[in-house]
Amino acid sequence: MSGSMAFLLWIKGPMFNIALAIFAIGLFARFAEIFLLGRKPNYAEPRAGEWLPGFKTMFTRSIADPGTFQRASFNVVVGWVWHLGFLIALLLFVPHVELMKGLFGIVWPALPNPVVDLITAITLIALVATLVHRLTHPVKQRISTFDDYLVWTVVFLVVLTGYLAYHRLVNPYPIALGMHILMAEIFLIILPFTKLTHIFTAFIARWYNGAAFGRKGVAS
Amino acid sequence: MIDRKTPNKTLGESLRDHGLSRRGFLKFCAATASMMALPPGMVPVIAAALEQARRPSVIWLSFQECTGCTESLTRSHAPALEDLILNLISLDYHHTLQAAAGDAAEDARLQAMEANTGQYLVIVDGSIPGPDSNPGFSTVAGRSNYEILMETVEHAAAVIAVGTCAAFGGLPQASPNPTGAMSVMDLVKDKPVINVSGCPPIPMVITGVLAHYLTFGRLPELDAYHRPLAFYGQSIHDRCYRRPFYDKGKFAETFDDEGAKLGWCLYRLGCKGPSTYNACATMRWNGGVSWPIESGHPCLGCSEPSFWDAGSFYQPLSVPLTATSGDLLTAAVGGAVVGAGVATLANKQIKTAVANRQPVTVEELEEKL
Repeated sequence: MSGSMAFLLWIKGPMFNIALAIFAIGLFARFAEIFLLGRKPNYAEPRAGEWLPGFKTMFTRSIADPGTFQRASFNVVVGWVWHLGFLIALLLFVPHVELMKGLFGIVWPALPNPVVDLITAITLIALVATLVHRLTHPVKQRISTFDDYLVWTVVFLVVLTGYLAYHRLVNPYPIALGMHILMAEIFLIILPFTKLTHIFTAFIARWYNGAAFGRKGVAS
Repeated sequence: MIDRKTPNKTLGESLRDHGLSRRGFLKFCAATASMMALPPGMVPVIAAALEQARRPSVIWLSFQECTGCTESLTRSHAPALEDLILNLISLDYHHTLQAAAGDAAEDARLQAMEANTGQYLVIVDGSIPGPDSNPGFSTVAGRSNYEILMETVEHAAAVIAVGTCAAFGGLPQASPNPTGAMSVMDLVKDKPVINVSGCPPIPMVITGVLAHYLTFGRLPELDAYHRPLAFYGQSIHDRCYRRPFYDKGKFAETFDDEGAKLGWCLYRLGCKGPSTYNACATMRWNGGVSWPIESGHPCLGCSEPSFWDAGSFYQPLSVPLTATSGDLLTAAVGGAVVGAGVATLANKQIKTAVANRQPVTVEELEEKL
């Protein structure tokens, strides 16, 4: 039996397993590599603890320092908007909460659909703005690589297909939902091998930084 | 021998014989027109066409099925348009409804086929063990379902697959499909096939398709799954009276919570309404009394292909079918082992490089230069 339903069932069945396996194998291979290679031993006597400053920095670095804000206010503001929007749509939309519940058995409160809908629309606009900025900003234009455009495309399509599926703008619906889940699967597949890994490694890197500063007894 | 030829009486004459008034007949025509989403101007056309139509010979074949589709059709309420239609076609062969048995029954089928060659309709309910399956999985009068189907449809005008089993394989085709069950559409390639899916389908949809055929002499407009668009053009979700609750984000989370009592959306209880195309939300069941969602149960998605294999009826649509947290953990452990292997190898290379390092003194360098 071929058709839209067969497509959806394949995307929700075998393809989801494949995507999840590639994601977990890739990500944990990188984690193991990062942690086991570690850093060179520091034989200097520590001036203060490293754990607390490390954890503190994981969060404090989320706020741009005033200098960065002045130099690149667009990056900071639009970056914040779409990152938050993406996270809210990912974690607080009812069908996504149900997915997590189905997979991990844990459940948390969700936001009403219209709220997530509005946030998704804002996220889409912000994402388009980031692309325009990347294409027009003379420096960004020159430092952008294939990886940057690939990641933008996948992230944008995940959000866009979700928006189209929610508003049932593609018929039949199993195609709309299947396309959205497929895009999310492609997101999971490329995550460990592109800059998307920063979803996890940004916090590890911040910890290392904070811990190094803490050990030296300086504020990070 | 009984004459199985299409009866000479027109539908109009036959209706009057059954005591149906002109008003009743026009009401039926109007209902048919609205049911098929035709403009009101079509009512007189339908009336005129049905008045003159000859009762077509219909052969109803039952294969791997549960008789639920026939039960659905016969449980329609009085004054049943469905009943009238059943009287208005010449149903020449139907296991459950025919009085004849054995050779007489099979003869009736063959005679109807011979007398109405190229004009009779075949209605199939139930899936068919495919040509490569053991023919003994399902037989009628000692002959395989496949053989009977192909023989009967050879000279038919069209085939109507009633119910999800005939339309898409249904329950018999559910994994691991022990009988190699196939749908009518999989097997009949050279005749028009119309699918009236559902487990069971809505009786009015079956009769609506027949009425359309009698009125226009051809089958209605179909969707990608060969289903009449008039009935399967919109999803349950789009026509659901609980849709405003979905849009507002108000959901029942258990079958007996406050949300369930207030009639909120059943998405979180596994409703497949968003991906299911059928007319339950508008035509409803049991003479328009209610339908599953109105009775407080999520839609099972019974009119869609593979609905038995589409995950638990009580898991929301967004939940993956087979992936579990255990699989994720296994993959993560596997990944960590791979990463550890790579890291160990890298560390080993560093150590070897350090061990084999040959220091060069300034004097040695100067000598070389």
